[in-house]
Amino acid sequence: MSKIERIGGNVAGYVDDRTGAAKWLRKNLTKVFPDHWSFMLGEVVLYSFIILLLSGTFLTFWFDPSQREVIYQGSYEPLKDIKMSAAYASTLHISFDVRGGLLMRQIHHWAALIFMAGMIAHLMRVFFTGAFRKPREANWLIGVGLVTLGIVEGFLGYSLPDDLLSGTGIRIAEAIIQALPVVGSYLAFFAFGGAFPGEAFIPRIFTVHVLLLPGIFLALITVHLMLVWYQKHTQYPGPGRTEKNVVGYPLMPIYMAKAGGFFFIVFGVTALLGAVASINPIWLYGPYNPGQISAGSQPDFYMGWLDGLVRMAPPIETHAFGHTISWNILIPGLIIPGILFTLMAVYPFIESWMTGDKSEHHILERPRNNPNRTAIGAMSLAFILVVLINGGNDIIATNFHLTINQIMWFTRIGVIVIPPLVFVITKRICLSLQRADREKVLHGRETGRLVMLPHGEFVEVHEELTPEQKFTLTQHEQPAALVVPNADANGVLNPQGLKGKIRARFSQAHVEQIQAPTESEAKALEGGHH
Amino acid sequence: MSNDIQKFQDPGLPEHVHRKTDVDPKAADRAERQVAVLFILSALSTVLAIYSYIFIADDLFFFLPVMGDTNAHQLFLGLGMAFALLFIGLGLVHWAKMLMPDTEVIAERHELRSPDEDRSDFVRTVKEQAGAAGLGRRSLIKRTLGLALGISALTPLVMLRDLGPLPKKKLEQTSWKKGTRLVTDPGDRPIRPEDLEVGAVAQVLPELVEGKERHLSDIAKDAVLLIRLRPSEFQLDAERLSWTHDGIIAFSKICSHMGCAVALYEQQTKHLLCPCHQSTFDVTRAAKVIFGPSARPLPQLAITVDADGYLVAQQPFTESVGPSYWERSS
Repeated sequence: MSKIERIGGNVAGYVDDRTGAAKWLRKNLTKVFPDHWSFMLGEVVLYSFIILLLSGTFLTFWFDPSQREVIYQGSYEPLKDIKMSAAYASTLHISFDVRGGLLMRQIHHWAALIFMAGMIAHLMRVFFTGAFRKPREANWLIGVGLVTLGIVEGFLGYSLPDDLLSGTGIRIAEAIIQALPVVGSYLAFFAFGGAFPGEAFIPRIFTVHVLLLPGIFLALITVHLMLVWYQKHTQYPGPGRTEKNVVGYPLMPIYMAKAGGFFFIVFGVTALLGAVASINPIWLYGPYNPGQISAGSQPDFYMGWLDGLVRMAPPIETHAFGHTISWNILIPGLIIPGILFTLMAVYPFIESWMTGDKSEHHILERPRNNPNRTAIGAMSLAFILVVLINGGNDIIATNFHLTINQIMWFTRIGVIVIPPLVFVITKRICLSLQRADREKVLHGRETGRLVMLPHGEFVEVHEELTPEQKFTLTQHEQPAALVVPNADANGVLNPQGLKGKIRARFSQAHVEQIQAPTESEAKALEGGHH
Repeated sequence: MSNDIQKFQDPGLPEHVHRKTDVDPKAADRAERQVAVLFILSALSTVLAIYSYIFIADDLFFFLPVMGDTNAHQLFLGLGMAFALLFIGLGLVHWAKMLMPDTEVIAERHELRSPDEDRSDFVRTVKEQAGAAGLGRRSLIKRTLGLALGISALTPLVMLRDLGPLPKKKLEQTSWKKGTRLVTDPGDRPIRPEDLEVGAVAQVLPELVEGKERHLSDIAKDAVLLIRLRPSEFQLDAERLSWTHDGIIAFSKICSHMGCAVALYEQQTKHLLCPCHQSTFDVTRAAKVIFGPSARPLPQLAITVDADGYLVAQQPFTESVGPSYWERSS
């Protein structure tokens, strides 16, 4: 017995003497995790969250979250003797007078972007593979909550330095609060401790940014991971993989080594970005002043779609009975995002209502095998992309020599026309891919090798798939559409008449697909050849 | 689909293929050395990071293609840190992939649903407990508890009241009064009409009343843009024309959409553009909205000159400046 094994044995004994957890620990140390590159997306998010906690803590040692007016006396010459808030001055101090401070600021900002991008990519993976289906609906809801809070947390974070760009962002947030009917101006005055910008907002959002929201994140992430642990990870279809098993690598040691190594890689890449890629150079923007602005004001990417919606809104306000309602702010700033996030949150329940499917799912679906869902996802992405383009309309206009009017009208029309178009096209592509799979299973893979037969005919050689490949391409379930009868056998009308009809119609659309080939078919074909 | 149609059978997990490192001890030793090299590179990178932190001056710049002028201290500190982390990660992953057992194992997955017996026990217990608490029968308790819990949430809400003062009339008022001089921002110098050439733009603020300070929240309402055109270029009604002075027209600089500073003036077209959401206002027609999401023109400030020839406000703004809100009456 080697020394390390003896020590390991002693530690295990020590722990079990004090917790009695030997059985539970043994089971969980050998817990199996399936391997796939797309499962690393969620890991990226977790690791960037840890990087955010570490780099953020470093920044708080010098950051002064105060809007008290100071005269800058630091080492950045162009802003010397200029009046600014302590928040902005201390951010300059971190950037220029704390060694490694700028590096940490840039790591923190890059990590935030990776955190958001990772969440969006992870969410897309979960959506397009149907991983949100029973029993994982709760984890989907937690995920949607995390994305929503992530947007808020990111916005508050880049607002803290109180520079001209982020101050403009706060101004816009204030206008959205102020636009709320009845309570708007009160809420705005409470949030800002008086008239905008006041001196209360930055200290307040600092507490929310570094304490309240990270606390909620920690709690939600813990529950999210515990559920993954308890329900066991989903897996992609393939030979040997069933609804009743998990195929993969044990937690110890290989999965831990890979995951731990991946943490260091994510951290390393973030640090590399922080070292070489300048981000949010606040010293170029100057301190916030509500009377000034810089051209090309742009939020971070995860806010850009909201800004794009606000930019494309038609100029509609209602003035009646001495009151004003700003539809041009409420609709793009609150109502549409509210509807979008609600639909996203309840999608698992909508889908299960459409399909009538109440069974557990642990095998992921290939996106093509659920054309309707994939098309819905692609449609939503198209919507976000079109409004995001409009969020950068000024930048696009200057770079591509277009006018803002052209882009604005393109996106105003595009936001209505393009998503449905993308839905139809995506659905067709999925069905075509299913046809291609069918073709491959029944007739083999096109090898691109041409052979001349003795009588002069040219044919392409098709190579038969392996049994593993055939199984992977045909294992998916193909449920039939729900049948909701109009009336029962005695001619009594179904009390759910209209609702039932709608449901049946949705179900019909949802199950539309190409019949997966079967072994019987393949055999029949073979018979035909001879 | 009838039952006699057969789907393709699951051939089961493919046989494990051994890696070179599993069968060739030399390959395994080579992999071990590779991992060790990666860890050593990491350690060297940490040395680079600490060396850069202490010994490279933080004001040393040098030119790099693509990146331009680069701060050496920041760059090498960052690179050292990045590679220290990256090489640890790469080493760990390489170790796992080359040397740790890579046989895929199969674990059973049990249905999450409990066995029927446990489940009905559980349901019965819940029902019994609900029954024992008497919530079904004692509706008075249920309702009053609901009331108490619901209303108790009001306390923390009420306690947030002192976050800020009530808005009162503050959103309607600015510092502009009859006779307030227009002063440059920055500089606080009063302006005569002849200081502005035709086509020029200037940002102005109300002159400070003695003993008062100017806060950012004042600027957020008071900022005004002065633009001088040829008087013949205006297309204004008589009242609005009387608010201009000798071709000089004054608008609130705070966007009527979401409050950004409307700072982009296009001299050729005489349009004002807000860089936040591209609301575009026509200066010649009293800042009428000609494009973008804003629903109202920028409020116009009536100006004239005082006895000393300086530009002054004729009267306060006649409407609220900045974004809309519920109590706004026009």
